[in-house]
Amino acid sequence: MQTGLDPRTLGLGIAGLGIWLLLDFASDGLFLSPRNLYNLAVQSSVVGVMASGMVLVITARHIDLSVGSVLAVTGMVIALLQAEGVAGSGLWTWPAAVAVGLVAGAVIGASQGWWVAYRAVPAFVVTLGGLLVFRGAAYLVADGRTVAPLAASFGALGGGVAGSIGETASWWLGVAAIAGFAAVTARARTAERRHGFAPRPRWLDAARVAAVALAVGGFVAVMNAYPRPQSDLGRGIPVPVLIWIASALVVALLFRATRFGRYVSAIGGNPQAAVRAGIDVRRVTLGVFALMGVLAALAAVITTARLGAGTNSMGTLAELNVIAAAVIGGTSLAGGRGSIAGAALGAVLMQSLENGMVLLGASSAVRQIAIGGVLVAAVWVDVASRGRSEAA
Amino acid sequence: MTHLVEMTGVQKSFGGVHAVDGANFHLDAGEVVGLLGHNGAGKSTLMALLAGALPLDAGSIRVDGRPVAIRSPRDARRLGIEALYQDLALADNLPASANLFLGRELTGRFGLLDEAAMERITHEVVHRVNPAFRDFQGPVKSLSGGERQSIAIGRAMHFEARVLILDEPTAALGPAETREVGRLVGRLRDQGLGIVLVSHDLHDVFRLSDRVVVMKAGCIVASRRTEDTHPDEVLEWIIAGAQRDAARGTPVRPESV
Ligand SMILES: Nc1ncnc2c1ncn2[C@@H]1O[C@H](COP(=O)(O)OP(=O)(O)O)[C@@H](O)[C@H]1O
Ligand SMILES: [Mg+2]
Repeated sequence: MQTGLDPRTLGLGIAGLGIWLLLDFASDGLFLSPRNLYNLAVQSSVVGVMASGMVLVITARHIDLSVGSVLAVTGMVIALLQAEGVAGSGLWTWPAAVAVGLVAGAVIGASQGWWVAYRAVPAFVVTLGGLLVFRGAAYLVADGRTVAPLAASFGALGGGVAGSIGETASWWLGVAAIAGFAAVTARARTAERRHGFAPRPRWLDAARVAAVALAVGGFVAVMNAYPRPQSDLGRGIPVPVLIWIASALVVALLFRATRFGRYVSAIGGNPQAAVRAGIDVRRVTLGVFALMGVLAALAAVITTARLGAGTNSMGTLAELNVIAAAVIGGTSLAGGRGSIAGAALGAVLMQSLENGMVLLGASSAVRQIAIGGVLVAAVWVDVASRGRSEAA
Repeated sequence: MTHLVEMTGVQKSFGGVHAVDGANFHLDAGEVVGLLGHNGAGKSTLMALLAGALPLDAGSIRVDGRPVAIRSPRDARRLGIEALYQDLALADNLPASANLFLGRELTGRFGLLDEAAMERITHEVVHRVNPAFRDFQGPVKSLSGGERQSIAIGRAMHFEARVLILDEPTAALGPAETREVGRLVGRLRDQGLGIVLVSHDLHDVFRLSDRVVVMKAGCIVASRRTEDTHPDEVLEWIIAGAQRDAARGTPVRPESV
């Protein structure tokens, strides 16, 4: 009987907790302060949004090195439409600008996917080219200028001063999330019984719900403990974190509960078997890259809203953090295995290292060295554990 | 009389290699055909053409006497043609039910996968094939060759295949599992399936088949009821080709071996 607890995810959570305590100790309690955790949550959301897409890309045995550049070019489009408009169109409202940005992300992703799927150019090459092409395109959108100011209400999407939903709404949302998780768990039990399977032990499901309730409750409490400026009122859950959670849930649903996601796994497990099962491997591959493009554009929404501007250097080297988040989270570079929840944890872990090193006064040079080291170590763990399970 | 499957003058080349070179092949319902030939004779390619895994260069295929276009595995499956490949093509990372339903998943509301229903059916079908099957949860990577095969055969049964292609089904199996496959082949034949058993094991073929078909250099060189021939004669066909190319009626030069 499955416990429903992925040992990797669990191990990752424990490792993360250890790193948090270490960083907190080293920073004299700054790291685990509500203020820093709020910022950490906001910072993690950019990488987190993209990491869930990267899970699908890597599970299908591909890679996307262009996500940081796609973030930049779509972010520039979103910023330019709001701040200046195009061809005398006047200023665009931010929802319209965001819609255009997301569509642009989908088109960019699909076009890269087309080269991979229909022209059989390795994804490594296509997206390495894309890394340059779209970084260059981001520069050309506004001739290298920084584009500002953006619509005032747009800033909320970045988690700034007005970018959180307040104490009361946060509690309600937390309660709703716990109730939702409990309901899904209960439904799964009924479905299993209806089909004549023994469900998981009741205490295990109860423990899972309790763990989720504790995590959600703790998260809301911390976010509420960070007050708004000149006020006693807590900020509550940041909007970008909500965007992250919502997008990760949608991607997780696609991955785990639809044919599309099943085919992504099958392609990663055995591409030949997928073809022989009548799966349109090329269309699925194109879809995976298109989804990745949309998520890069969604990350661009958060980034531009946080900055209050569009700059062509946004998202530089983001691909490394995103890939590291996915791999640390248990997605195998050999394909066929990936975890959206793991990638979310991986994103928090990567951002914790970055954030913690900033708190400790590490230079950006030192931070780069550390992130690079972590990336290699994470892949090594993946390779080593794969070797073990194959030998077993 | 119309055959369940009839392939006429089919050709397939890979670059300069004529893997299948104008072969004529037929299969009837309730019949097990043993398809024999040397390595490289074109057996797998011929069956890949029937299963839609490769497109035809030339020739035609009829099912129940009607001409059909088989352009993809999907087309073949729609016609009731299921193939079980030499290398046991399953997605190793997925569990039994995901493999059994791969490409034909059951969905419920909002187009979401109906996992519980697929698991239940998988339990039923696979247990009918192999009562000893246990691990329905884990990835099929950890299963034995025979267990993996029960999934593939269960797939053919559940989707009510009419034609089952078994390409070297016992290549990856031990003796007990090989006997088990033999038993299953007999049962499926009795249910009226047409079965092609690709093999280069004469013993297997003589034990299981109703008719022996021999391929050489991309052509069908002999077709004979199993009870009307003898392993030595078949071996002769495999090595030297038949006196007459049974399919095309043209003489075949005996080649020096
Ligand atoms: N995908 C392929 N590409 C190139 N040549 C192939 C391919 N598949 C089969 N062949 C060639 O076609 C011939 C027939 O192969 P195959 O059908 O596998 O024979 P068999 O199954 O009888 O051993 C061989 O010469 C083989 O090398
Ligand atoms: Mg073969």
